[in-house]
Amino acid sequence: MPNSKDDVYGDHISHKFNDELMELKTEFLKMGGVVESQVEQAIQALMDSDGQLAEQVRARDKDVDQMERGLDEEATLIIARRQPTARDLRLVVSVIKMVADLERVGDEAKKIAKLALKLAEEGQAPRGYVEVRHIGNHVLGMLHDALDAFARLDSEQALRIMKEDKWVDEEYQAAARTLLTFMMEDTRNISRCMSVMWVLRALERVGDHACNIAENVIFMVKGEDVRHTPMEEAEKVVGR
Amino acid sequence: MPEQRTAVVQEDRPAETVIEEGKTVGSPFADDPKFKLRNVEVFYGEQRAIKNVSLDIARNEVIAFIGPSGCGKSTFLRCLNRMNDSIESCRVTGSLTLDDQDIYDPKHDVVELRARVGMVFQKPNPFPKSIYDNVAYGPRIHGLANRKSDLDDIVENSLRKAGLWDEVKDRLDATATGMSGGQQQRLCIARAIAVSPEVVLMDEPCSALDPIATAKVEELIAELSESYTIVIVTHSMQQAARVSHRTAYFHLGHLVEVNETSKVFTSPEHELTESYITGRFG
Repeated sequence: MPNSKDDVYGDHISHKFNDELMELKTEFLKMGGVVESQVEQAIQALMDSDGQLAEQVRARDKDVDQMERGLDEEATLIIARRQPTARDLRLVVSVIKMVADLERVGDEAKKIAKLALKLAEEGQAPRGYVEVRHIGNHVLGMLHDALDAFARLDSEQALRIMKEDKWVDEEYQAAARTLLTFMMEDTRNISRCMSVMWVLRALERVGDHACNIAENVIFMVKGEDVRHTPMEEAEKVVGR
Repeated sequence: MPEQRTAVVQEDRPAETVIEEGKTVGSPFADDPKFKLRNVEVFYGEQRAIKNVSLDIARNEVIAFIGPSGCGKSTFLRCLNRMNDSIESCRVTGSLTLDDQDIYDPKHDVVELRARVGMVFQKPNPFPKSIYDNVAYGPRIHGLANRKSDLDDIVENSLRKAGLWDEVKDRLDATATGMSGGQQQRLCIARAIAVSPEVVLMDEPCSALDPIATAKVEELIAELSESYTIVIVTHSMQQAARVSHRTAYFHLGHLVEVNETSKVFTSPEHELTESYITGRFG
């Protein structure tokens, strides 16, 4: 664990309180790392038709769930013991919300792994994998950057992630149209194309969760809730 | 294995970091003030305990004064009904008005002022008299009741408002000092409101009480705020967060920040406020 004295959450009179907040941050980042690799490996399993890797991803989802429970418990105890205020309160409340996002990202990874297994069994030249790789890499980058923005409390980076969500939505729509064409060309493609469509849908959701995390980072740093506000509003808050 | 991120950061802290004399961040002023306090300074001999503080206290609001020990919050509170008059070396300057009347006008009757601006202290201080006489004391000396039955009504009403009536109605003649600490404090509140004040000042009213008695007093503050203006000094941040509409943060005699309580406890504007409420210095 890094030296708590160097951290903005590490300068309370109570050392125990410092440790508790640091622990919360560290555990959250650990969970983030695991979830990130879950998504990465799920995509890999799909690309390589690697059934074993897909099984691993499915099995590891239990660890993610366990981490969610642990973090929620720790956050609840901090509230009960310390009644945190101001930036400490914003950290604890945000972690509770972001943990739910991470857990959902884990679920999406599991979903992709399941579809990877199904597609691997059918074993035909895949259609739409270019799109999966393209969007997959992008949302993975968003998730990675969102966790980095949290670690460094970087609200400007968080804002950049929020802006990228639009790109993901557009790419997803475009990919869906492409897959639709394949399905219309040959109805035997429908089942496989639908599976790929679900993968894309899961990836698009990962991007949404990365955005939610980014919004929470802005709340932690700036103390303003930028959810459901126009982008210009969020820009103003971050620029302050 | 996923990469391990370090959690060490340098974020932007609240914008305001320094104290500028006479400058208070947030919203220290109100549209329809009960108290209008401008450039107030308090001296104990040579020592300046309150430094150029300006603040409005709105009608029927509950405002909490918080800050570390010795920051001047109690001193400032005591200016509002001239409790500092009794301290010989104490001198108050600046403009302090209650409904546009100068509080420190030498012609202003202090007894009348204190009837309008009542006070509850840290330690319950009932008179060594019966419960009834404690509450009846103020109305008697201010001549608020001509008949015994009027006085009975005032006593009952005050005790009811203080949430004490059901507990004491069968033993009004019992001596007040035999009550529990929480009951004594609520009795003092009943005594303060018996003379129908407009403002109630509370100087750490719950610091000597257990959590149940504290909860009762806080409940009472919420009810009283419908008809009175309440100024409360408290060392309990959670109490300030629970009971007040606005919170004022004092530091070394300066009024650093005044804001809506919800803002102060989630995202204060001044770094000193944040450091204090999050327990970062003592």
